[in-house]
Amino acid sequence: MLQEIILAGFGGQGVMSMGQLLAYAGLVEDKHVSWIPSYGPEMRGGTANCSVTISDVEVSSPIITEPDTLIVLNRPSLEKFEKDVKPGGLLLINSSLIDIEPQRHDLKVLTIPASELANERLGNSRVSNMIILGAFVGLTGAVTIESVIGALKKVLPEYRHNLIPLNRQALEIGIELAKGI
Amino acid sequence: MAKVLMKGNEALGEAAIRAGCRYFFGYPITPQNEIPQYLAKRLPEVGGVFLQAESEIAAINMVYGAAGSGARVMTSSSSPGISLKQEGITYIAGAELPCVIVNMQRGGPGLGSIQPAQSDYFQAVKGGGHGDYKLLVLAPATIQEMVDMMGKAFDLADEYRNPVMILGDGILGQMMEGVEFPAEETALTLAEKPWATTGAKGRKPNLINSLFLDPVELEQHNHHLQRKYDRMAKEVLWENYRTDDAEVVLVGYGSSARIAKAAVDLARAHGIKAGLFRPITLFPFPKAALQEACKQANHVLTVEMSMGQLVEDVRYNLEFKVPVHFYGRSGGMVPTTRAVLEEIIRWAHSGEEDKA
Repeated sequence: MLQEIILAGFGGQGVMSMGQLLAYAGLVEDKHVSWIPSYGPEMRGGTANCSVTISDVEVSSPIITEPDTLIVLNRPSLEKFEKDVKPGGLLLINSSLIDIEPQRHDLKVLTIPASELANERLGNSRVSNMIILGAFVGLTGAVTIESVIGALKKVLPEYRHNLIPLNRQALEIGIELAKGI
Repeated sequence: MAKVLMKGNEALGEAAIRAGCRYFFGYPITPQNEIPQYLAKRLPEVGGVFLQAESEIAAINMVYGAAGSGARVMTSSSSPGISLKQEGITYIAGAELPCVIVNMQRGGPGLGSIQPAQSDYFQAVKGGGHGDYKLLVLAPATIQEMVDMMGKAFDLADEYRNPVMILGDGILGQMMEGVEFPAEETALTLAEKPWATTGAKGRKPNLINSLFLDPVELEQHNHHLQRKYDRMAKEVLWENYRTDDAEVVLVGYGSSARIAKAAVDLARAHGIKAGLFRPITLFPFPKAALQEACKQANHVLTVEMSMGQLVEDVRYNLEFKVPVHFYGRSGGMVPTTRAVLEEIIRWAHSGEEDKA
């Protein structure tokens, strides 16, 4: 198994943490993982992205030029990275902030109104990223939900562990959405 | 201890603490800033000193002073910052003091870019500053290897009384991987340093110096240094990957070697007998091991993030017996596995037209 993912959005939307959580979930499963941020110069409000690799064998280069999966949280990120996705690859779009359609027709696309779902179903828009992550897990099986929860337990300080059930619910909403396509 | 997910720069900082490093002097520069950031928090916790100097030049001279007084000391920077430190490094080498210098290379020349590169190879292995001197240069390719090498770097520095450089790059500094730290030793036994300037009460004063006004004396000093560099030859480290029957042998270090390794696997899947030779010490260079790995090779290909630096040493060390080719990207661009594979295919099939 080799899954190469690019996650991209505005600075502050949580793409870096989302990527780290995913990598940690892979590590929990004893897989080979890597995470690397884009650390080029960016203006305030510009795009931030990171690349995550989850693999059964050693990771060669952590830098991903043709991702299997692209997760985009804002429109500039979709416009920037859509062309790079592998033919037949997976594209997860946060439609709460992206009002355009993808240009390519050779990708498996799931649009997720993540903020609305998080607000309406969980009353907390801050777990919108976890819904998208859940959909990714549901569609690829790259890691399990339990591993993501395991990773959360490692990265969250003890006094924040009360947030884990909420995050689990968000992940499960994502899994449900994945079943729809 | 279970594996943790950690950024290369931070893991390196933690490994330095565990290796007994208690002094860090540096100046910020991307892409190595997480090293000083991490050590600024950790060093005071273990009774150490973290100091952000007013410049790279000040920082390396603080390293000079601390090393002279016998401390386990390090600094870190990235390409332009390492250039600024060169004067201090040659003084430290001339005065024969142990320290560790980390270079997380970025694109050059000049201010260049902040993206990963390997274009400081010549600077690292050939001297860098003025005068006849050498650094021991270690080139890890994974974060785990970087961690495992930190203790070795300090030990080698003490053993040879010589600066040791860890030559990384922006990828190794910025990426996160799973890493396992060795169990913490409760009492680290460090080498005695009877030469250190620790206060001369009750003993003959020690002098730390790189100035020899008498040319006879300076030449003797140079011969002494040279014998030391020759002795370092036994420290060579390398990795062979599928080289046993390889007709095309790739040579690369650090991040490039990871990419080359993946290209070797792809080439094997295409039926091409490819392999990878990865020098882990760049000085001393593992000459005999390289020759052994390439003895059945028709072609050798270096993979670098430079315009062709390692390739010169590979040609030289193979004594021009095998054609040595070069593939590289520069300026912060990183070779792709696919591009390296195309190069392998090109050389594997070259000459077939002549035979037919």
